[in-house]
Amino acid sequence: MSEILLEVDDLTVHHGQLCAVDGVSFKVDQGEVLTMVGANGAGKSTLLRTVAGLHRQTSGTIRFQGVNVTKLAPQRRARLGIALVPEGRRLFPSLTLEENLQVGAHHAAKGPFSIGRVYELFDWMPARRRQRAWQFSGGEQQAIAIGRALVANPQVLLLDELSLGLAPIVIERIYALIPDIVAHGVGILLVEQDVTLGVGVANRVHCMLEGKTSLTGTPAELTSAQIERAYFGGEMSEMSPHHEDPA
Amino acid sequence: MSILTGTSTSDNGLLRVRRSTHSPVYTLIGSLLIVLLLSIAPWVVPAEWATVLQNFFILVTMATMWNLLAGYAGMVSIGQQAFVGLGAYATLFFALKGMNPFYTIPLAAITCVVIAYPVTFLLFRLRGGYFAVTTWVVASTAGIIIVNQGYLGGGTGKLLPGMPDMNPTSLQHLTYLVTGGVALIVVAATYFLLRSRLGLVLASIRDNEISARSSGTKVTSARRLVFLIAAAGTGAAGAVLALSQTYLQTGNEFNLQWAAEMLFVSMIGGLGTIEGPILGCIIFFALQQSLAQQGAWYLIIFGSVAVAVAIWQPRGLWGAFRDRFHIELLPVGHWVGDRKSETTDHRSMLERLNLKRPKKPSN
Amino acid sequence: MIWLNVVIQGVLVGGFYALFACGLSLMFGVMRVINLAHGDMAVVAAYVAVFLTPHAHIPEVWAFVVVAPLFGVVGYIVQRTLIQKSIDRDPFTTLLVTFGLSVIIENLLLEIYSSNGQIVNVGELIVKSWHPQTIIYISYVSLAVLAAAVAVLGLLQVFLSKSGTGRLIRAVADDHEAAQLSGTNYRHIFGIAAAIAFATVALAGISYGMMTEFAPTSGGVNLLFAFETVVIGGIGSLWGTLVGGIALGIAQQFGAHINPEYQVLAGNILFLVVLAVRPEGLFGKKTALA
Repeated sequence: MSEILLEVDDLTVHHGQLCAVDGVSFKVDQGEVLTMVGANGAGKSTLLRTVAGLHRQTSGTIRFQGVNVTKLAPQRRARLGIALVPEGRRLFPSLTLEENLQVGAHHAAKGPFSIGRVYELFDWMPARRRQRAWQFSGGEQQAIAIGRALVANPQVLLLDELSLGLAPIVIERIYALIPDIVAHGVGILLVEQDVTLGVGVANRVHCMLEGKTSLTGTPAELTSAQIERAYFGGEMSEMSPHHEDPA
Repeated sequence: MSILTGTSTSDNGLLRVRRSTHSPVYTLIGSLLIVLLLSIAPWVVPAEWATVLQNFFILVTMATMWNLLAGYAGMVSIGQQAFVGLGAYATLFFALKGMNPFYTIPLAAITCVVIAYPVTFLLFRLRGGYFAVTTWVVASTAGIIIVNQGYLGGGTGKLLPGMPDMNPTSLQHLTYLVTGGVALIVVAATYFLLRSRLGLVLASIRDNEISARSSGTKVTSARRLVFLIAAAGTGAAGAVLALSQTYLQTGNEFNLQWAAEMLFVSMIGGLGTIEGPILGCIIFFALQQSLAQQGAWYLIIFGSVAVAVAIWQPRGLWGAFRDRFHIELLPVGHWVGDRKSETTDHRSMLERLNLKRPKKPSN
Repeated sequence: MIWLNVVIQGVLVGGFYALFACGLSLMFGVMRVINLAHGDMAVVAAYVAVFLTPHAHIPEVWAFVVVAPLFGVVGYIVQRTLIQKSIDRDPFTTLLVTFGLSVIIENLLLEIYSSNGQIVNVGELIVKSWHPQTIIYISYVSLAVLAAAVAVLGLLQVFLSKSGTGRLIRAVADDHEAAQLSGTNYRHIFGIAAAIAFATVALAGISYGMMTEFAPTSGGVNLLFAFETVVIGGIGSLWGTLVGGIALGIAQQFGAHINPEYQVLAGNILFLVVLAVRPEGLFGKKTALA
């Protein structure tokens, strides 16, 4: 039986007066991909940032490997094994590719992902490792950002809008990595606006609408019509009841 | 989540928008009373008190202008002493040409505006700390240029000529009234300015400059106008300073100490309020008088209080008082229902009105 | 030949300016803080060297060995407490607080030590100089300070580019939130940057005290020069700071040569020109403005 890595319970987060996340609950197991889909403004990125510790929640708990991390500072959560690849990549522009990875590895846990392993995953990197991060293209930066998170050997990887601003072929290549990562037992919480992409790699799907959970289930269980309604909103009564996640 | 509430809704359910929690008549009567009392002071109180009050007026003028610049327009300057000095030396300049020094005050203000205008074109390319230190460089430069004008006294200083020929006590009273008058004009002008459209523009710029720009507000023009007004007011303060001291020395008129005093006083009293600098000045002089024998200790204590206030109570004393008791003597914001919509606050007006923020593209 | 001496004097004082400025540049580059008390910290170090280290039986000229690390520790503490609290509020508050600290320090020094000029006793070294030509003289103390400045800047550059902590400092300077996501406690890194800044400013202050008389108000004018150096040279480059310091020094010496009153003015003018024409400085990056 897979171990539950991340457990979020009734999380509510505000941006000033605006309620961005409203009573959301979910779990992420070892070796599985949970995809959050939803439109702009649905609260997905806020959710990820709160799980990572960059944003303070109003109420609710976050447990990581059974430990309550709700009050921990972001760097403590990172050292415990929660790694966020933030929206917009957020590389260190003046540092080289290798230095970016080295910073990621500075507080790394033991595990299969070393800088060398990342260089194997992305074979174009070694040749360009002394180039400064700002000189790389969007897709390359996304790869570096993922690499930076991986070298810390996280248990849970939070991926925020990987596809934003990237060409389809680049997106394909990035998404092709996910099975590789998951094979090592890492749990992935993926946030995506693009439903096809997101559902395509998911073990389970969680739809958000205006901060609330609108639909959950596995890709097999959910029809595209259901997801569409959950994504854009409609009569709440028209949607199927939530599926309780099997323990 | 809270919804719009208001216990004083009008009949059709819309919210009432008012300027203050009490009738403006109180403000008017109160202000007139205070002005009256202060005007008769020199005849009633001992001479040293009158001198202290005079210095108080000068600092109030400077602090109100600094507060306009920093608290309302968001420009922290540690170089306003440039205009203190330029205003003082403009007075000297015109007095040397034969003018009655009292009449030079408006000219001193105008001179400062004329000099400030081209300076803004360099200064406004900067922000924050760069802006602040550059104002200091400008002040230093102005001081050096003036000290090299021999006819203005050079390094040793010069006596202000042409003071009216009257007995010393009357002259003292006249200077007092003029100084008080300048302070009154400056404070009143600031008050009406902030209640005008410019005040709203400033608040919107301060809260969110990018939004302000994109909704068509002429941000740079508004900033420039405020900077020029501050230059004029501070220049007038410099002019009356010259009148009260009568002996001018660049080391004194261009001293960084003025910047420190303006700043501390505004911080402690409360940035972004009109009453704040006045309250700060009251505390400052009270402290100075009670610690008069202890050298620079009053400044050390005052400075420490200012630092503590900045970190722990950034609204200042008046700001905290106002928030707690919802009293405003000189209101420049708006009340909606019975919730204050803070146009003088850092947080956006929309947020305080409990309206939803427009959804950002990335949540 | 006389112009050569002007340039040489400019270079000598420029090294000092660079040493003074590198702490300011570091604090701004890493945490966007302009420490308006920077100059006064240097003066405090000089006072400590003159008045306090003799109690520990350390000759004034060697005071820096003890004072620099001490100031490093003080810097870390001040950063993690006062300055961090100000940063958490807004940049506004940081300016106000550091300015307030500056005034407090100056007046405290005035109260404790009076306004008399002081000097750090370096024995006979103060009067010794090298005369390669009759009109050119290079004081040994100034030369030593220049050498120290180059050494410190060089060490700092190596530390930042090669060491793990240096890398973290650069990362935090770029994006402290992203650094957090990689497990870095950015506040601690800010503290280290401040510690380095305070240690270098202590060295600068003691050097200043060796070269010339100092008084409680000396901090202000030196802050101005440090800031001008940083702006002329550009944020983000330590060698830029050295060049900036030398440029400022030479400009000032030129001005002084024309008329002693114009020394500071000449430097101010160079500063204002660079601001107008190339605000990011000679070696700075475009994004470096406040």
